[in-house]
Amino acid sequence: MDIFQSVLLTIATASTPLLLAAIGELVVERSGVLNLGVEGMMVIGAVCAFAAAYLSGNPWIGVIAGIVAGAVLSLLFGVLALSLATNQVATGLSLTLLGIGLSGMIGENFVGRAGARLPNLDIPVLTDLPLVGRLVFGQDPLFYVSIALTAAVMWFLFRTRTGLTLRAIGDNHKSAHALGINVLKYRYLAVMFGGACAGLAGAHLSLVYTPQWVENMTAGRGWIALALVVFASWRPWRVIGGAYLFGAVTIGQLHAQALGFGIPSQLLSSLPYLATIVVLVLISRDRRLTVMNTPASLAQPFVPDR
Amino acid sequence: MRIELIKRPQQSALFSAVSPLLALGLTVLAGFVIFSLLGKPPLEALYIYFVEPLSETWQLHELAIKAAPLIMIAVGLSVCYRSNNWNIGAEGQFILGGIAGSLIPILMPGFQNFLTLPLMLLFGFIGGAAMGAVPALLKTRFNTNEILTSLMLVYVAQLFLDWLARGVFRDPNGNNFPGSIRFPSAARLPEIIPSQGSAHLGIVLAVIAAAIVWVMMKYLLRGFEVKVLGGSPRAGRFAGFSSSRMVFFAFILSGGLAGLAGICEVSGAIGQLRETISPGYGFAAIIVAFLGRLNPLGAIAAGFVLALTYLGGEGAQMSLGISDKVARVYQGLLLFFVLGCDTLIHYRIRLVFGDPVKAQG
Repeated sequence: MDIFQSVLLTIATASTPLLLAAIGELVVERSGVLNLGVEGMMVIGAVCAFAAAYLSGNPWIGVIAGIVAGAVLSLLFGVLALSLATNQVATGLSLTLLGIGLSGMIGENFVGRAGARLPNLDIPVLTDLPLVGRLVFGQDPLFYVSIALTAAVMWFLFRTRTGLTLRAIGDNHKSAHALGINVLKYRYLAVMFGGACAGLAGAHLSLVYTPQWVENMTAGRGWIALALVVFASWRPWRVIGGAYLFGAVTIGQLHAQALGFGIPSQLLSSLPYLATIVVLVLISRDRRLTVMNTPASLAQPFVPDR
Repeated sequence: MRIELIKRPQQSALFSAVSPLLALGLTVLAGFVIFSLLGKPPLEALYIYFVEPLSETWQLHELAIKAAPLIMIAVGLSVCYRSNNWNIGAEGQFILGGIAGSLIPILMPGFQNFLTLPLMLLFGFIGGAAMGAVPALLKTRFNTNEILTSLMLVYVAQLFLDWLARGVFRDPNGNNFPGSIRFPSAARLPEIIPSQGSAHLGIVLAVIAAAIVWVMMKYLLRGFEVKVLGGSPRAGRFAGFSSSRMVFFAFILSGGLAGLAGICEVSGAIGQLRETISPGYGFAAIIVAFLGRLNPLGAIAAGFVLALTYLGGEGAQMSLGISDKVARVYQGLLLFFVLGCDTLIHYRIRLVFGDPVKAQG
């Protein structure tokens, strides 16, 4: 049974960064903005978190650095895509390209250094409970943050007036503007929240998942997070399911690689990406469902008339 | 402070022409800041970056080698983006084109005559086009987001190439190093002027591709169709244009050209199939397409600019010890500035300080 628990633990660790990044992007897309720069913000978050934790010796300072770095980078996206009304697809892409380049430059001196790992939760007695003790009470702190954040986003979007306003902006920014809502202000805040989440997801990668800095260590996770938002049809609770599905695929293929089976490791490594495509196809097949759930103003630039 | 956009009554002809140059200027300026922050002499670094790689003939050849794939890919992408289809998986199509074209020299090393090279190029185009057709099929059949699927396929293509180069296609006499046999000369894209430098025919093919696509966009019905469907799918439908056929056309053209660029790189610059064949050309070409204002001829000029960042990056690393990663930062910044400056074509920008209500009164 211990093996069972430890497999579940690794799945949770692999899923947490996906969940964090996806839940942030979900809020962004609910506000009608498509930020394809998740991968870039995540990788910048990872390198800044690692660097800050390494230099200060305190992984928590790393976490904060990751969050701030992601948010700052997202602000760059905001200035272009929101204030200058540029094409959101292209702007998000350039954010990813810039993030990957910048992270390589910042991280150059940190390659191969042993980093500080964020310690797991350890509550006497509770953590040592059989079967589920470590699973419930002994994981890394960001795991709990990711679950709490998802619950908070659910509550915010569907139980608060501000959340309702945000969704209204995402569905029809012109009407929202006519009602006197400051569309761009909401969108700026949403974009920065998404950036902070992506940065936090990156921090999880370089402080918990593999506590070191490797160039391009996000390896497409930011893009998978974007796919998860579509997979979840913009519903927060479904993001959890999606993230854990992908976590399970990732861990499953790693175990299969360790066992061998004579399957080429490259084929196994490509499984998470192939799974993303399959899942996207399955979920988008029902055209009606997608049209109904997609925020209607998604990726459309908005220029307020005065 | 707020930024306010005021719609111009019509597109500004001035900024249409100036905006790419403005973006370049801003990027150079940003380079000045970056180099200063890194503690390097900024002017000297900029000189090494942007001027020195152009000072000798053999270096111009190197520039052409780097520019060739960028231009070829960007030409296809500019049509694709014009039609409002978002193929961001050119890197994967490039790789698959390289693989498909290499099948001939690797599987049939004895087949060496005047047909070898044309067949390889054809295979390369088909390989890239087939890879590009996948997101197009998924988009038209299943309504799947083409941005995400085309990108996911990049990772799959990279791993597939890695498997081939380390596994079934590995040169048995290669001391266990990954990589295929070296191609015989009949399978190598010839050099243009061998006495002066190593630039191969790839750049010529890229320029020809740009010219053909430019003619198509300007004078043929298909080009008109691309622009109408890209600008307004509804208007396109009224004109009787099929948007799902356009999706296939855009992806097969851009994928095919990326594949062609891939086999040109393998058979021209590299000479064997390796486990990696691209330093991110497929992504840099996205920047080229936008810097060239989604115009095939613009892509030629823009391709040389981006090629310069690759060469400058190598030069700066050698003579100043500046990380070659700076090149990537440059490329990202350049796209940022290009997109920002393009706003000036459609809008006037006004900075509003203080209370917006008072500012209006």
